Amino acid sequence: MISFEPSEEQQVVREAMHEFAEQVLRPASREADEASALPDAVLAQLHELGLVATQLPEAFGGGGEQRSPLTNAILLDELAWGDAAFAMAALAPAAFAFAVADQGTQDQQAEWLPRFCGEKPYAAALALVEPSPLFDVNRLRTVAEPKGDDGFVLSGAKSCVPLGDRAEAFLVIARNNGARDAFILPRDAAGLSISETEKNLGLKALPTVTLELERVEVPAAARLGGSDGCDVQQLVDRARVAKAAVLTGLSRAVLDYSVPYAKDRRAFDQAIAQKQAIAFRIADMRIEIDAQRWLSWKAAADLEYGRPATKSAHHAGAYAAEKAMWIADNGVQVLGGHGFIREHPVELWYRNARTLGVLEGMLSV
Amino acid sequence: MIDFELSQRDRNILDQVRQQSLVCRQYARHYDENEHEFPPDVLPEAADFPELAGEMLRREEGDSGLGVLGLLVTMGEHWGDYSVRIRRPKGTALGNAALRASGTPEQREKWRSLTLAMAITEPGCGSDPSQVQTTAVLDEGSDEWVINGEKIFVTAGCRAEGVVLWATLDRSAGRAGIKSFLVEKGTPGFVVSQKEKKLGIRADDTAAYVFNDCRIPRGNLLGGKEEIPKAGSGGFKGVMKTFNMTRPLVAAIGLGMGEAALDFTREHLEDCGVDLGYGGAASGQSAAAEKFQRLEAIYEAAKLTILRAAWLADAGQPNNLESSLCKAKTGAAVREITQGCIEILGPLAISRDHLLEKWFRDVRITDIYEGTGEIQRMIIARTLFGYTRADLS
Repeated sequence: MISFEPSEEQQVVREAMHEFAEQVLRPASREADEASALPDAVLAQLHELGLVATQLPEAFGGGGEQRSPLTNAILLDELAWGDAAFAMAALAPAAFAFAVADQGTQDQQAEWLPRFCGEKPYAAALALVEPSPLFDVNRLRTVAEPKGDDGFVLSGAKSCVPLGDRAEAFLVIARNNGARDAFILPRDAAGLSISETEKNLGLKALPTVTLELERVEVPAAARLGGSDGCDVQQLVDRARVAKAAVLTGLSRAVLDYSVPYAKDRRAFDQAIAQKQAIAFRIADMRIEIDAQRWLSWKAAADLEYGRPATKSAHHAGAYAAEKAMWIADNGVQVLGGHGFIREHPVELWYRNARTLGVLEGMLSV
Repeated sequence: MIDFELSQRDRNILDQVRQQSLVCRQYARHYDENEHEFPPDVLPEAADFPELAGEMLRREEGDSGLGVLGLLVTMGEHWGDYSVRIRRPKGTALGNAALRASGTPEQREKWRSLTLAMAITEPGCGSDPSQVQTTAVLDEGSDEWVINGEKIFVTAGCRAEGVVLWATLDRSAGRAGIKSFLVEKGTPGFVVSQKEKKLGIRADDTAAYVFNDCRIPRGNLLGGKEEIPKAGSGGFKGVMKTFNMTRPLVAAIGLGMGEAALDFTREHLEDCGVDLGYGGAASGQSAAAEKFQRLEAIYEAAKLTILRAAWLADAGQPNNLESSLCKAKTGAAVREITQGCIEILGPLAISRDHLLEKWFRDVRITDIYEGTGEIQRMIIARTLFGYTRADLS
């Protein structure tokens, strides 16, 4: 049945996340961007929401709630309306935790999942992106060579690894005999070197790092899913849906800021909102926000009900990347000179939209 | 519960529509090239296809709403052809939608079996219907309205058995003075003056009408309210309400053809061995594959905005903004999709041996009729800003 009706719980989540985004995230957004730092207080409050832990099995200390990609898309949309970097900091550990919960062996689940369910924020991340031009998840350069029967040797480099400054473990995606696999790597693995925090165009409040893997030896038990391996494409699909939801929230932030500005700002004896050149741009923002959101819901629904989701996730991610960039670009234009000044948040959203659009594999739903 | 998957019953209905459409498509080229002919009301193959209306009306647990399903069926029919139908049902033209939206119960009952065109546009007014010049003057002696004026771009104007037209009781009253009247074919003073020659949708007749002292019964004023409401009292909004359902409908019509263009292009790309994998990055793909996937996403996005507008209507919620939104989105989407498909396939695509060039011509009207893309954006912007027509036009 075609239905756009969120469940009661999803509506409650949306309202609560919106309030949190408005009261906690938005006010802290600019300062964190200027400082290129994730404030501990914000991170602690995000952790208190229990976004990751509530969706992990009770047996490992989690809340045991049914995982819902749709609910996660809705909450990411709201959090990102407040600030995209904070939304990503909240859900970056989910890319590790959900992957282990979905595809890990019993032992891997027992070892890693309880860590996400403690009092303090636990940082771990998916390491997918690589620091080479034309990065493509289908053409990874990081390689895992089997080492007899008892392990693998990982070589290569990973970049844009979220929370990498503090993450205690990484889920490294590598090419293994033509296929792709994921390997759980503790921070102190021999041969793994972790860079200083990267200096990026946008999402500056989200610390990211580069990992250099110089013949890092891992036991066979570190391979996600054990001897069966795992479905890496599913991790990519989930990350793309999450990215689409974040971009939708970012786009709404731009629209919500542009509307009152255009009504308030006057030129030639009229509010600029009364001029078609401005009004039509803003109408197009509204159109493309709906389009982004429904595409992300469609892909999230495919994941939620266990249907093939690679195509819908691709569409959701690619479409949102293009349209959020267009919306942020036009938000800057509506504000004119003020769009270029750091007193207003629109230039920040413009940088964040460009940054986020090219990233892969940082989140999960 | 949010979901986008159809029930098995609904899928069966759409499968049957698809089978019918494959038959209709065989006639598509003929009626495009022979613009003066009308496709038959019933095709010779009709006996092979059961009526679907009863099956559609029977909604069960898990089925989609009737509005949603109706638009998906509309898409499926237009995937076959814009005009050719296995059986052309009576009473499904735009004037019928207006009758349903604003006629009195007696009027709806009296005229429901007629196919009714809708006549708004005039030689001097299109997007701004407040400029309607056609007049209706009440002759109290004979209890008749006397209509004078010209209407153009009347969809199905030749085929229709009657027309719902917009005329003004008082030009100085602006939009408030505009009323809808029903005129049956054969009424003295009502002449079909011309059949237009068009870029696309050629099998769909488009007519021009002249009304010269055309007299109709007093009861033919739709809704029956003869007084002119005060300006700004919302009297005109009632007239415009019709569009909340017809805009998603014409969007679905356009998108059905856009889907046909995509399916045709996908088939040829696959035949040529172009890999349409969705897993990787744009940079790792051929330009053709990347462009095609982009068009496909635009199609999916437009479709979801249409279904959203229909779903709101099914749920009894207002969908004024969403019906404009889906119309604006789809009007632009089908232009980009069909233009892009031709670009991807190259010279093969412009041959009239194939239907792609026809879909390219046919969809172009989507962003024009039933409110241009610009009008839709105006409506959306007014809603966002809380503006009236006086603030933004």
